[in-house]
Amino acid sequence: MNRWFGPGFWTRNETLVAIVIIAFCALAAVSDPRFLSATTLTDLLRASIVLGILAIGAMLVLISGGIDVSFTAIAVFAMYATTVLTLGTVPGLPWPVIFLISILIGAGLGMINGLFIAGFGLPTLIVTLGTLSVFRGFLLTFVGSERISKLPPEMRSFSRTMLARGTTEGGSFYALPLAFAALVLVVVLTWFILHRTLLGRSIFAIGGSVESARRIGINVRGTQFFVYAYVGALAGLAGIIHGSLGRMADPFSLVGLELSVIAAVVLGGARLTGGYGTVTGTLLGVALIVLVQNSLIVIGVPSTWQSVVIGLLILLGTGLPAWQAKRAAERAA
Amino acid sequence: MSGQNRTRNTGDSGDTGSVGSTGGSGGSGSLSRWFASPEARLAIITVAVFATMALLSPERFLSAGNLTSMAFQFPEFAILALAMTLTMMTGGIDLSVVGVANLSAVVAATLLASFAPAGVGTVASLPWLALAYAVAIAVGAGAGAVNGLLVARLALPPILATLGSGLVFTGLAVALTGGSAVMGFPGTVAWLGNGTLLGVPVPLIVFGVLAVVLHVVLTRTRFGLRATMYGANPLAALYAAIDTGRLLIRLYLVSGMFAAVAGLVIMSRANSAKADYGSSYLLLAVLIAVLGGVNPYGGRGKVIGVVLAVLSMQFLSSGLNMLQVSNFARELIWGVLLIFVMLVNLRGGSRH
Repeated sequence: MNRWFGPGFWTRNETLVAIVIIAFCALAAVSDPRFLSATTLTDLLRASIVLGILAIGAMLVLISGGIDVSFTAIAVFAMYATTVLTLGTVPGLPWPVIFLISILIGAGLGMINGLFIAGFGLPTLIVTLGTLSVFRGFLLTFVGSERISKLPPEMRSFSRTMLARGTTEGGSFYALPLAFAALVLVVVLTWFILHRTLLGRSIFAIGGSVESARRIGINVRGTQFFVYAYVGALAGLAGIIHGSLGRMADPFSLVGLELSVIAAVVLGGARLTGGYGTVTGTLLGVALIVLVQNSLIVIGVPSTWQSVVIGLLILLGTGLPAWQAKRAAERAA
Repeated sequence: MSGQNRTRNTGDSGDTGSVGSTGGSGGSGSLSRWFASPEARLAIITVAVFATMALLSPERFLSAGNLTSMAFQFPEFAILALAMTLTMMTGGIDLSVVGVANLSAVVAATLLASFAPAGVGTVASLPWLALAYAVAIAVGAGAGAVNGLLVARLALPPILATLGSGLVFTGLAVALTGGSAVMGFPGTVAWLGNGTLLGVPVPLIVFGVLAVVLHVVLTRTRFGLRATMYGANPLAALYAAIDTGRLLIRLYLVSGMFAAVAGLVIMSRANSAKADYGSSYLLLAVLIAVLGGVNPYGGRGKVIGVVLAVLSMQFLSSGLNMLQVSNFARELIWGVLLIFVMLVNLRGGSRH
């Protein structure tokens, strides 16, 4: 309990983001009472599945001291390539197998990032900017650039499987797809890796200081390689879920979303300089971004102001702690 | 952040003046040294790309029409690359350049469209044009100053500061226009992007002037020396009594002004302004800066390298276009090139 309500509680990013979320919902509920319904909740949860899985991956990279902007290209590559492959060979594959293929393709592409970053020590932003356009360019040139709306039947049946469904008292329909379980699974698995394994400690350690980590005998390269492969795998999963839920394999989708995902992660308190980040914070960041993207209009702000709001939130959410840290350092000096 | 590359000797920048005159009096020592520099490698690559394209498609690549159209095409992203170079030299990065360019252009376009609409005569439109350009560059400077303040005063990592501010700038442009393109200008707007002066394309002249000014500023002024010193080793620069905060703010401010100029050129060539023009230019600007030998960890970067990188990119892009390679494949090739150049520079760097 002390870890949560310690002396730094009120200045933590998580707390600030949670307060903003509550304030946002309160405002929305006042201006439109229908906002507080199971329908809104499931809509928002559904919208946060893909963003959430991608954000958990991006968080892992930030903790390790790097940055990845290529994961959206990996996601769309894995999703589209898997769809094309499945339709071309065995269209009737069960969905777990289809998902596994997509995850493996994603992990493979992530390993390419890992090779350049861990193997050759190139700067992470430049490498992933490069691979972003390589993956996208390769996909659109050699795999295909047509939207496919006739997905394998198993993918469609996956998208129709619901965890919960029903009708509210107001008469509106709500449903939470099975894919939400994937987000929960990813969250639990990543939390376990970060906080219950040596690998997780290594990720935090190299994010804090590569040199110190090396001197205490941590396999820096191996850890970095794992991080990028894992992020690739998560991207593969997010991609195939995105395709299934949207019931279309669109090779032009997802790319461009990477900045929103990173925005969600830094809002949640993960530091770009590495070594710090929490799963809770990331999920809160995702919730806030999803709220802004979907419900800005409910509190009376036109949706054209969406990216201004997200940009300001990033600057405030990261600038405030940075400013506080700077002032604290100046006082100490 | 890794700091092992920051110890590079800043004395490097003194060589720039002698590069052009090596053939005469420099002797074989400096000649061989020149061949080991990234600029020399790049000059060879540029010539090689030009020769390959000229051989593969001589009648089309070497035609006057193609050469002129190339001279009109590259200045807009080349100017963005100069803006990027300035910030990357200090170990930072400016991810907001495209956002700043579009916001400045949208503001200028809105001003022109409301006060000097399409029907206005040439002479009557000139004062409005001058005002619109001045306002656009002021917007760029303001946006750059915001970035500088975030980086210098709040100590935000440049990636984060410019990522957030870039979203805000783009978002403001969207909010101002409702997401659609602003059109309907006087004919004089077209001159900056499509006109010629004494037979030379105007955008090329703009780029040339900016490149020369930046080169002189970086190599011949106190400001340039301090910027290079800061990039090489921020702590040493601080101990050398350099006001690093002020320096950073001025650097990002200039970067914003360059981005605004690029925005005006894009607006002129498209004859409209929109919040999402040139979205692929961000990657291209980083690619050109890195290709041009700018060290992403800071401390190294020469305008001549960036100019060579721009030329080789344009030759490649134009040549691929003639060979009927799709836009998607071009994106693929650019990405491969970016990583390849980083690898080559890494090996070149470790030999020292």
